[in-house]
Amino acid sequence: MSAGAPSQLGPAGTGAGSVPLPQVVRTARWRRPKLGHFKRAIFIAVLLALTLLFVYPFLWLVSASFKPQGDVFDNRLIPREWVWNYDRVFEIAPVARWLFNTIWIASLGALLVTLSSALVAFAFAYFRFPGKNFLFALVLGTMMLPGAVTMIPTYLIWNELGLVNTQYPLWVPNLFGSAFYIFLLRQFFLGIPRDLFEAARIDGDNYFSMFWRMALPLAKPALIVTFIFEIQAKWFDLLSPLIYLRDQALFTLPLGLKTILDSFGAGGGGEGEYHIIIAATVILAAPMIIIFAVFQRAFLEGIATQGRKG
Amino acid sequence: MATVTSNEAPGSPRRARRWLTGFRERETWVAYAFILPWAFGFLALTLGPMIASFYFSLTDYGVQQIAGFESTSYIGAENYSNLLDDPRISLALKNTFTFTVMMVPGTMIVALALAMILLRVGRSGDFFRTIFYLPQITPPVAAAILLLLLFNGQVGAINRGLDLIGIQGPFWLTDPSWIKPSLVILSVWSVGGTMVIYLAALRGVPQQLYEAAAMDGASPFRRFRNITLPMISPALFFTFIVLTIAGLQAFTEAYVAFFGAGQTGAEAPDAALFYAVYLFRQAFEFFEMGYASAMAWLLFAIIMVVTIVNVVVSRRFVFYQGAQK
Repeated sequence: MSAGAPSQLGPAGTGAGSVPLPQVVRTARWRRPKLGHFKRAIFIAVLLALTLLFVYPFLWLVSASFKPQGDVFDNRLIPREWVWNYDRVFEIAPVARWLFNTIWIASLGALLVTLSSALVAFAFAYFRFPGKNFLFALVLGTMMLPGAVTMIPTYLIWNELGLVNTQYPLWVPNLFGSAFYIFLLRQFFLGIPRDLFEAARIDGDNYFSMFWRMALPLAKPALIVTFIFEIQAKWFDLLSPLIYLRDQALFTLPLGLKTILDSFGAGGGGEGEYHIIIAATVILAAPMIIIFAVFQRAFLEGIATQGRKG
Repeated sequence: MATVTSNEAPGSPRRARRWLTGFRERETWVAYAFILPWAFGFLALTLGPMIASFYFSLTDYGVQQIAGFESTSYIGAENYSNLLDDPRISLALKNTFTFTVMMVPGTMIVALALAMILLRVGRSGDFFRTIFYLPQITPPVAAAILLLLLFNGQVGAINRGLDLIGIQGPFWLTDPSWIKPSLVILSVWSVGGTMVIYLAALRGVPQQLYEAAAMDGASPFRRFRNITLPMISPALFFTFIVLTIAGLQAFTEAYVAFFGAGQTGAEAPDAALFYAVYLFRQAFEFFEMGYASAMAWLLFAIIMVVTIVNVVVSRRFVFYQGAQK
């Protein structure tokens, strides 16, 4: 999609919006067709009904997390009897430790991948060098590769290095940039007029400080998107912790929650202590919702930019 | 594009000379230094492992070899021919295809419908957009647990709700024919990302087209069919490809809900054995690394073929604004 809606993206916007790309076909902004009050009311009613469908599971989850074990499935939104299950969750498993591990790995990984991807993306956007198009095609090509193909040898490499059952395999790869973010950030850098960088060069900056002092601050909206996307990716990831971590003390929350599910669910023997599982699920899901509430713009505009790359 | 612009045909001597002189520029070496992190990662974590993976797929590399009890032996294409004979492989492929074939159109249709409604209600659309995005930021492990809780055949909220309107809900999690539909519903629930992409695309459709069509007396359906769909076809195509690739690699929800110590109390159901789940189990539960590598290459081949077919077919349907063709 070359015809985005540039006016949609304010100064805090992301993607190519803030600085118009030369090839962007400017079109009239989408205008809302004039709807009658009646039709509008119907649409709003439909949306409200759908809202229930999308929000109910969260309400159900939060309310069940305050119920005693026997009431979990009573489907009341207001618990009949309030119970504080959360302190039990922190007692039965090192959940505090897992929470800390997840925050630490997610922030470190997100910071590293943002900086490394920006560095590489800037090279592809600004410099002219032999092999550039070929190398960039390689970057894009790696996006097509299913993780499963490299998963096993990568595991064996870490095994060879003696670093299985450590957290290094979860964040060290972020030092080397990531194809999707390189693509995203390159698009952004391409939208910044070259003159700005040239001016920095005339001021006597070397290339790296031009990148550090000029390019990075200008790309802040796109860097925020990258950072947040990676936080989300780490917060969601079950597979890598599952492959690499053995000691419970090293676990991240997704793997920890899976462990809780396996030992407290009906399959782990007994009735299934679902009030514990539910409270733990809230602990995993809530931080993402808070991050989303704060950085909503970055999330939504980052996603929308993806669709424009066609 | 800020590349080396030249009118000369590729391969011409002048072009080659200019290409070579590029190596004398300081800028070139600075650029290489900038992309060094990626280059190292590509060699060490992508290209190297790809070659190794292909090699392993031709060997019997397994738990004995990792422990060093036995040496690795080259067994040619045996893993690949075993793939064809393994009934679990065809089962896993069937499951994965069924899931993808239901999930991709389901997500696209729901996303487009939501986006089109949101576009028509103005400012309040922003509020609903946020709401509809919530499932997308729910961690997959949490989503899988929600599935177990809400879709429970006896006590789950879904079946209680269906009871209210007089429908006897199925045993979603234990009836093999309802396991994949429930996973599809879970997937379609996190429709938010696709919806946001369509919303952006719909906003980019030039308004004049609708005005002209309205003047010609085109019905709403015709306007949708002949203006909206072609104009947003790049976004449709993009999400189609991305969703298909994701569907073929679906892992976490199925694994969390149906594998591990077993939430349904019974042996993990065959109906939830997705290809990526089976691959993971072969590699990291049974440590059949050679066999699992062959499985990975089969998956790669399938994804490549599906994607290429999609790209070729899409040439006829996708309309790029401002493009020559």
